[in-house]
Amino acid sequence: MSILQTPGSDGRFGEFGGRFVPETLVPACQELEHAFSDAWNDPMFRADLDQLLREYAGRPSMVTECHNLGSELGIRLFLKREDLNHTGSHKINNVLGQVLLAKRMGKKRIVAETGAGQHGVASATAAALLGLECKVYMGEVDTERQELNVFRMRLLGAEVEAVTSGSRTLKDAVNEAMRDWVASVETTHYCLGSVMGPHPYPFMVRQFHRVIGDEAFEQMNDVLGTSPDYVVACVGGGSNAMGIFSGFVDTPAQLIGVEPAGGAAVGRGQPGVVHGMKSYLMQDEYGQVSEAHSISAGLDYPGVGPEHSYLASIGRAQYPTVTDDEVIAAFQLMARSEGIIPALECAHAMAWISREAPNMQGKTVLMNLSGRGDKDVGQMMSILGDVI
Amino acid sequence: MSGRLEAAMRSRIDGGGKCLVPYITGGYPGWMDAVRACAANGADAIEIGIPFSDPVMDGPIIQQASQTALDGGATPVSILHDVRSLDVGIPLAVMCYYNTVFHAGHERFAHDLASAGISAAIVPDLPLEEAGDWCAAADAAGIETVMLAAPTAPDERLPRVAERARGFVYSVGLLGVTGERAALALTATTLAARVKKITTKPVLIGVGVSNAQQAVEASRVADGVIMGASVVRRMIDGGADSVGEFIAEVRHALDGATW
Ligand SMILES: Cc1ncc(COP(=O)(O)O)c(C=O)c1O
Repeated sequence: MSILQTPGSDGRFGEFGGRFVPETLVPACQELEHAFSDAWNDPMFRADLDQLLREYAGRPSMVTECHNLGSELGIRLFLKREDLNHTGSHKINNVLGQVLLAKRMGKKRIVAETGAGQHGVASATAAALLGLECKVYMGEVDTERQELNVFRMRLLGAEVEAVTSGSRTLKDAVNEAMRDWVASVETTHYCLGSVMGPHPYPFMVRQFHRVIGDEAFEQMNDVLGTSPDYVVACVGGGSNAMGIFSGFVDTPAQLIGVEPAGGAAVGRGQPGVVHGMKSYLMQDEYGQVSEAHSISAGLDYPGVGPEHSYLASIGRAQYPTVTDDEVIAAFQLMARSEGIIPALECAHAMAWISREAPNMQGKTVLMNLSGRGDKDVGQMMSILGDVI
Repeated sequence: MSGRLEAAMRSRIDGGGKCLVPYITGGYPGWMDAVRACAANGADAIEIGIPFSDPVMDGPIIQQASQTALDGGATPVSILHDVRSLDVGIPLAVMCYYNTVFHAGHERFAHDLASAGISAAIVPDLPLEEAGDWCAAADAAGIETVMLAAPTAPDERLPRVAERARGFVYSVGLLGVTGERAALALTATTLAARVKKITTKPVLIGVGVSNAQQAVEASRVADGVIMGASVVRRMIDGGADSVGEFIAEVRHALDGATW
């Protein structure tokens, strides 16, 4: 039996998950749970989705072996190239699935939260393609550091609202999207951007992303004849990590989810409940949710998807942290050694690999390159401008 | 056996009146005087908000009050401590988000409420399916858990929500978060009528009841109202006096109406 669980109607992964939403949203979550299960088991829906993933998003994404970095670090390093998908990150996998589902459910409008803007851009893209209205909530701090993505969303016809409450980052964007949804639930689908939130989102979003891991399992098998020793991904809410872990959770591969030091939900959190789910959460002694601090807008989140909390609790995956400085170094390392500018989010995975390489000599390492770094170039220019 | 909150509601209803339950954000500067002003001007019970970092059911006014309270150092412990010295003679309920409860632990939180003299709790992000453990702990400690009935609930759900409710059933006045609205939403009275039909417990409409006239309109169907943002805005702008005047005005309108 697989370690990957199909949660029951209580939405639990072990003790984690659930559906902690206002009564108003319960029927919508139940409707979504049934609609998703129906669609996922419908060959027509799956064929439509596969076609979009192939002909629009550009799947399957390739696996690239990094010979330069590999020999520098003394490992064999492979990248799963989610950066090459349309819109530049893994986020499109989930969004195409959800927007197709929203349409099937007769919804006219989607709302989304976004941190780095990648999920917002993907949502705006899918909404444009499939003819739905789209509104994206983004923390004011993030609209400033990811200004290019704000403009991209507007170009794509989405309305972007800068959220000024709380820490003005991803967590507050989720709050605002949920407030919108409470008021608009009859016509609107909430297109959540990670494996978090109330049931069925953590399960559904993982299913939409498991294509990453399923492809990578075959691709690694073709190259190595077996699975890699390590599978490494960055963790914000945890969708790209759950996607790639899905393909390897039942193999001997070590699963490593890398969190930012300033947003280490698993590493420093305790079980808590926010955004509809019970999961590890950074919080103070009274249960007030802490503000995360990370150089990367996409990982600036104090919580984590419940299935990661479950994998951590049973010891199947590890969740180490890296610092902003390590990330800045890894960002440059990958650019110079491989000619690939990574998103700051997955530069976290690279930072862990380069730090831990001495302990992995001769091992095979698969890293999920969840997105490309174009969106981060402006921010990095202001950090590195004078020193490179 | 009914608790203090339900008893207070029933005594008002049995006397031919309508219930008025204002909401005050705990920890906001001057909040205790605002609570006293509510009690002195005709409130039947008072809901005290325990501010939370991520209040997803609240609109801008209550968010602002919560943030100010948090910035001023308010915590669940400091608020419950202050509650002990509030001798207002009417039942007090807390409104808090579930992580505040979960983090403290169900039994401990229920016990802390009871020993502070709180009668009831409203936890807006704890729906029926997830509420079992908390409700059991609350029942055991004599804390009445008010359940929310939402406009989106299908007919089969409402009796289960009402059955689990203690104190009264909170009939959510609109699709959306707390905040003042120009008019009472049509869904407010539609839902309250559906809930009244399936329960003998008191049914109060809250969320989006913004002035005396809307309170009267809502009470034509319901047993009374909960008023939040309109009260908190007055606390922010004019302090306890302004809150007291407003509550007196709503009380007067409710008492003067013929049902
Ligand atoms: C490229 C990229 N990777 C990772 C993430 C983090 O999300 P998750 O942990 O859900 O994969 C983001 C979020 O914005 C992103 O843009």
